[in-house]
Amino acid sequence: MMNFLPSAIQISYLVAATLFILGLKQLSSPATARQGNVLAAIGMFIAIGGTLLERQVISYELILVGIIIGSVLGTIMAKTVAMTDMPQMVGLLNGFGGAASALVAVGEFWRYQSIPESPTVASMIPIILGVLIGGVTFTGSVLAFAKLQELLPGAPITFPLQQPFNALLAVIMLAGSGYLLVNPENIPVFLAVVAISNVLGIMFVLPIGGGDMPVVISLLNSYSGLAASVAGFILMNNMLIIAGALVGASGLILTQIMCKAMNRSLGNVLFSAFGSGGGTAAASATGAQIDKNFRSIDVEESAMMLGYARSIVIVPGYGMAVAQAQHAVRELVDQLERLGVEVKYAIHPVAGRMPGHMNVLLAEANVPYTQLYDMDDINPQLDETDVALIIGANDVVNPAARHDQSSPIFGMPILDVDKAKHAIVIKRSMNTGFSGVDNELFYQNKTMMLFGSAKDVVAKLVSEVKQL
Amino acid sequence: MAEGLIAGLVVFVLASFVGFEVINKVPPTLHTPLMSGSNAISGIAVLGAILIAGQKQLSVTEVVGVIAIVLATINVVGGFLVTDRMLQMFKKKEVKA
Repeated sequence: MMNFLPSAIQISYLVAATLFILGLKQLSSPATARQGNVLAAIGMFIAIGGTLLERQVISYELILVGIIIGSVLGTIMAKTVAMTDMPQMVGLLNGFGGAASALVAVGEFWRYQSIPESPTVASMIPIILGVLIGGVTFTGSVLAFAKLQELLPGAPITFPLQQPFNALLAVIMLAGSGYLLVNPENIPVFLAVVAISNVLGIMFVLPIGGGDMPVVISLLNSYSGLAASVAGFILMNNMLIIAGALVGASGLILTQIMCKAMNRSLGNVLFSAFGSGGGTAAASATGAQIDKNFRSIDVEESAMMLGYARSIVIVPGYGMAVAQAQHAVRELVDQLERLGVEVKYAIHPVAGRMPGHMNVLLAEANVPYTQLYDMDDINPQLDETDVALIIGANDVVNPAARHDQSSPIFGMPILDVDKAKHAIVIKRSMNTGFSGVDNELFYQNKTMMLFGSAKDVVAKLVSEVKQL
Repeated sequence: MAEGLIAGLVVFVLASFVGFEVINKVPPTLHTPLMSGSNAISGIAVLGAILIAGQKQLSVTEVVGVIAIVLATINVVGGFLVTDRMLQMFKKKEVKA
């Protein structure tokens, strides 16, 4: 069937695929990233143009209406979303992509119902796969969105007999798929398969805690690529297969990077309800061994310490982002630099709610990316740092990760702020972090706690430092 | 049809390797924009949606196709725009605010 298509379409697909690859390549360097994104967008534009020329596309009105509605909604979402909400946004968009792929599979199934020809096994397999992967991506992403947006509790949700229930679903799914391969005309069974695919997506994300959600979103991003690829198999369209495979591979790599940053295997993220029950139990166990005395410090004294330090490393965490304190932090850094203090930002790989999220948030506050240091680069320098200023970060600076084997976060790479000469921790209270683990850094002698909301405290620090 | 499947698989596997290679060396700074950028590319499903929606008969297929177009276009447009919004903030030198 492909042979009859005009070469122009195929060439447009070739150009688009090349632009996608070049775009992704350029996205790997901060200097060219923006251009890379534009290239990929142009590729998409060309690919859509090519598809509109396909012979089987004969009515354009509804297509145009669909594209216009989608463009308007997409633009509004992109322009209004807050940078802190980026993980949810990516999750939701991802869900839409997955849903679209699943709908392509459903639509193709219905096309076969209206023509005499009945689908072969070779065309039913991709249809079922498309429904499954697309459906899981859709409901999984929407649920991840709901958890991150706090429409649902972020803690893992479990219920009795969850595993047997999931296994039962999987068995029904397999049986239904097998039945459809033999009897492809059976609409009720097909609808059941569609429904179960969507339920599977929910069951997949339900037991995963909010802290692990970025890993899930990254994995679902990979799935949405796979789903698009499968849609390509359904329609025998190379463009879909290529672009889907590119996204599938990139999503998988990102997922792997994130798991490595948390020192956990993907299986551990997906199948253990870490973050609520297990975490707090372990925390109370280890917490008992730590001397619970901590020193607090006031704003004036902190400002003196910072102003007269030679080098400062700032460790921003999600708490800073939630408090929208990044602009105040940059002001503080401006003031400190005026006094001749050397300031660097230390960015943990999982700072924020997804990898690289903190970099985006700081970039929004006009912090040049050359001031941001990755964990591996900054850790050797922390020995010679006068003050480590920790703003709204917790688990990523907990020394227990290095030595306490009983800690749930044991083995996670951390920023070694306890090696700096002093540490000032800006924090609301002594509550535990996302993992529910107590932080022994807070009880060390050289650590000072500066209590309050990040934004207020940093703003006060700015005015104090100004007077130095 | 089976040959078509095999040919598709060849393309799929090769494209996956390209994806792995191209993305392997991305610095952590760019992970979020990369994720949202590649997410926008996965909106390529809009092509599939156009192909099934464009057939001239008002049927379940066409209705489903149009819904798919709307969703996939949101993914594409929203994804690229929000990625651009993030990336335009990445600056090398301090700009006076």
